[in-house]
Amino acid sequence: MDNAATTMHKPQAVIDAVAAAMGSMGNAGRGANEASLSASRVIYDTRDKLCRFFGGENPRQFVFTNNSTESLNIAIKGLLNPGDHVITTMLEHNSVLRPLYEMEKKGVKLTIIKSNEKGTFDLKDMEEAILPETRMIICTNGSNLTGNYIDIEKVGEMAHAHGLLFVVDASQTAGVFPIDVQKMHVDVLCFTGHKGLLGPQGIGGMYVREGLSVRPLKSGGSGVKTYSKNHPIEMPTALEAGTLNGHGIAGLNAAVDYINEIGIDTIRQKEQCCMQRFYEGVKDIPGVKIYGDFTSFNRCAIVTLNIGDYDSSEVSDELLTEYGISTRPGGHCAPLMHEALGTVEQGAVRFSFSHYNTDEEVDTAIEAVRQLAQD
Amino acid sequence: MRKKELKLVVTFHTTADAMAMEKACKEYHVPGRIIPVPRAISAGCGLSWCAELSDREEIAAMMEKAGIKEEEMHECMV
Repeated sequence: MDNAATTMHKPQAVIDAVAAAMGSMGNAGRGANEASLSASRVIYDTRDKLCRFFGGENPRQFVFTNNSTESLNIAIKGLLNPGDHVITTMLEHNSVLRPLYEMEKKGVKLTIIKSNEKGTFDLKDMEEAILPETRMIICTNGSNLTGNYIDIEKVGEMAHAHGLLFVVDASQTAGVFPIDVQKMHVDVLCFTGHKGLLGPQGIGGMYVREGLSVRPLKSGGSGVKTYSKNHPIEMPTALEAGTLNGHGIAGLNAAVDYINEIGIDTIRQKEQCCMQRFYEGVKDIPGVKIYGDFTSFNRCAIVTLNIGDYDSSEVSDELLTEYGISTRPGGHCAPLMHEALGTVEQGAVRFSFSHYNTDEEVDTAIEAVRQLAQD
Repeated sequence: MRKKELKLVVTFHTTADAMAMEKACKEYHVPGRIIPVPRAISAGCGLSWCAELSDREEIAAMMEKAGIKEEEMHECMV
């Protein structure tokens, strides 16, 4: 039950696609031999599928990276300049916060919108923080710590009404919640392939709105314009220096097919059913404290809790050794969220569900929490 | 080496554009194939679309329909 870290159970079709790619794929864009072309074809086909999946206008606006962290670094460092103001929230992961702190040292002004004790923020506070020099709003679509879901369509609408760029960290939601970048006013969408998208680790990506120019983080080989001293400016090559992770992309391609076949709504509902069952099973156990907003179950399939004053690492270790349940304890790379929840010292135990989890597994976890709380 | 013929060679800015071209040509049943860019041509992407000269208009119309931008359209010996 540690699927928010990575979905460990991958569809067999994804595993097969990676293995097949490793036996047949050359280096994309580095020749017209069949092996190289086969890589180029799979990579383009995956851009095309992602474009449809996320409601993009053109497959060329989908760039492959290693993960969300790389995508977020490209977006933050490639769009902000000294003197710009950027707004974010306390819900964010370090993959958003640390690049922003880095830019702060270079003269970017940063405002972090406060979260309440339930781990949510008020859109009005965000709107009131806008300054004449504000260039960007960047926020998560779902908290990796509490599972709280942020309605990015509302944030995007507000950002665009003020003429601001809107960058979304979809690490916890891509592949599970429907995302339509055009409808939701998203200028840059950053996602990883190995969580909700059910693909391999080491492959992620980003969408960049057509016409928006992002300064690249890297330059180098591209298979394009060999004799130019400058890296090509055309998308997607502009943001893709070096050999792409073709094997990972082949896996991601199969993963998108799998999600489309099962249905994103079916997958989300199954995960949310597990979350709701678990939440209702543990919420009244004496000593159990649950974090996050559960007024609606239309949220990421995460239940984060503590038992009494026990160190979250001890609880997580007991869950593993006594009951065979994997969870994540401690800090969750979201330092400001821990501050808002008051869990900096204790950390928190995160249960995160997959559509592969069963009711029996959830019931075992509920019983485990009950027994640990009685000890 | 086989004898060279005058052909239409379409070049692209990126590999993604070349792949978009191949996919669209397959979809619209437009003849031709991907070849490495001939040495006589200077091009961005190392891949180009090679077809008969007589298919030029059909190819240009299909590219417009599919939203694919070429870097250049050449006529050269391939």
